[in-house]
Amino acid sequence: MLDPARAAPQGLVNPDGAPATKRFDVYRNNVAVSLTEALETAFPVIAKLIGAENFKKVAGVYLRQHPPSSPLIMFYGDRMPDFLAGFAPLQHLPYLADVARLEQALRRSYHAGDAAALDAAILQELPADRLMTARLEMAPAVHLIRSRYPIHQIWRFNMEQGAPKPAGQGENVLITRAEFDPQMTTLLPGGGTFVAAILSGRTFGEAVEAATAQVPGFDLTQTLGVLLGTAAIIRLNEEQDR
Amino acid sequence: MLDATSHRFDKLPDAPGVGYKPQHFSDLLDAPGPVAWLEIHAENYMGDGGRPLAQLRHLAERFPISVHGVGLSIGGEAPLDRDHLARLKHLLGWLNPASFSEHLAWSTHDSHFLNDLLPLPYTKATLDRVCDHVDEVQNAVGRRMLLENPSTYLAFEETTMPEVAFLDEIARRTGCGLLFDVNNVFVSATNQKTDPLSYIDSFPLDQVGELHLGGHDEDQDETGAPLLIDSHGREVVDPVWALYEHTIARGGPKPTLIEWDTDVPDWPTLRAEAERAAPMLAAALA
Repeated sequence: MLDPARAAPQGLVNPDGAPATKRFDVYRNNVAVSLTEALETAFPVIAKLIGAENFKKVAGVYLRQHPPSSPLIMFYGDRMPDFLAGFAPLQHLPYLADVARLEQALRRSYHAGDAAALDAAILQELPADRLMTARLEMAPAVHLIRSRYPIHQIWRFNMEQGAPKPAGQGENVLITRAEFDPQMTTLLPGGGTFVAAILSGRTFGEAVEAATAQVPGFDLTQTLGVLLGTAAIIRLNEEQDR
Repeated sequence: MLDATSHRFDKLPDAPGVGYKPQHFSDLLDAPGPVAWLEIHAENYMGDGGRPLAQLRHLAERFPISVHGVGLSIGGEAPLDRDHLARLKHLLGWLNPASFSEHLAWSTHDSHFLNDLLPLPYTKATLDRVCDHVDEVQNAVGRRMLLENPSTYLAFEETTMPEVAFLDEIARRTGCGLLFDVNNVFVSATNQKTDPLSYIDSFPLDQVGELHLGGHDEDQDETGAPLLIDSHGREVVDPVWALYEHTIARGGPKPTLIEWDTDVPDWPTLRAEAERAAPMLAAALA
């Protein structure tokens, strides 16, 4: 169906009984166009980075290699980051895959389940020894994208008027959703390691340890401030609850 | 998932409705005009939460909602996708809409979803299969569904039954209702060189729970014959309005949807289509 080089199936006819080649192509074209549009909606920054015409060509290759496996077209494009990472003509733009990961995570966050934020007082009032062995549970809309490239700056430069030109090193981008709109925050060094540890189910103490091992002056207060200020944490689970 | 909705609209009114687009949310609530109900595509509301479901919950307090599925592939050879059926059951259970409909078409092949509504041949074998699928859907979701007549661009040599007889038989056997898309009748009749009026006059309109109107694009096939494409990207054309008036004169007024899914216009432009349908419905009621 998606291969334009293949002939139309036998037995499809126009009103005069002749083979309906162009008529079949209408369906073929509808499928390709609608999936291309779905990918354009999903990856606007990738489209800007490589140009709209190039994006259509890339989408054409992608949709034939990875047609949707589900009718939930709003999530179509899950494999785009890995596809871009391995797509030879775009190897001169090595950050594309991570930018696509960021766009995919924003979309997932937008549709994620709703959850009420943890009352900060619960965290603040817990004795330190109990806090260290507790586990923080993040909202379903929370994602962390860690990259060797300044992907948040790249995203902003392409989507926000007047945003500065991307510069500098890799970024750890935290995605949160206090209400309906996903919000991005670039975490300070160590913050990415801390949040990654929390998201992988490690205890508060283990996450602090991992972040401090990486960045001796790791600023826990700042990172916790971001998490509490963006409704990222929804529960604090102590061992005895489990 | 949000709490289940609390309203209960038992049925769609015999009035104009529109396909809901999120960019119209505020304008629609401020100035609905004659728009008395809304249709959503089921697949767009199968996320877990966030703005889409919150908006839908809000709209459902005020408007009867019709849930229109585009992803079940009821006309396909493959068994129905059980995961998708479960998602649909969940959405319908949560929303408790006034109506649920799907298409006489297929879209899944080799586990790939093709995101278009593809036609099927009308034979005894495909009839049995579609009836099994409709039974399965209605049993799974626990409610009656409406099945929509397709727009077609070509025909199958193996077809042995007229489309109207095929749909009529499905409704008889499964107890499902029908959704009658007037633009699809016009598009298919033009493309197949058949008479749209005789299609309408032979259609079991007493089984129809909803009418659709939408715009199409005009093209030609390689022989120069007209080829209309069901794009839902512009105003309903005059000949389709005329067929619509014929339909409601014969079958009585019915809930009537304006579909506009690509190149979606601003709210006043979409509402103007509903405003055009309203007096025709009123005339059919008189």
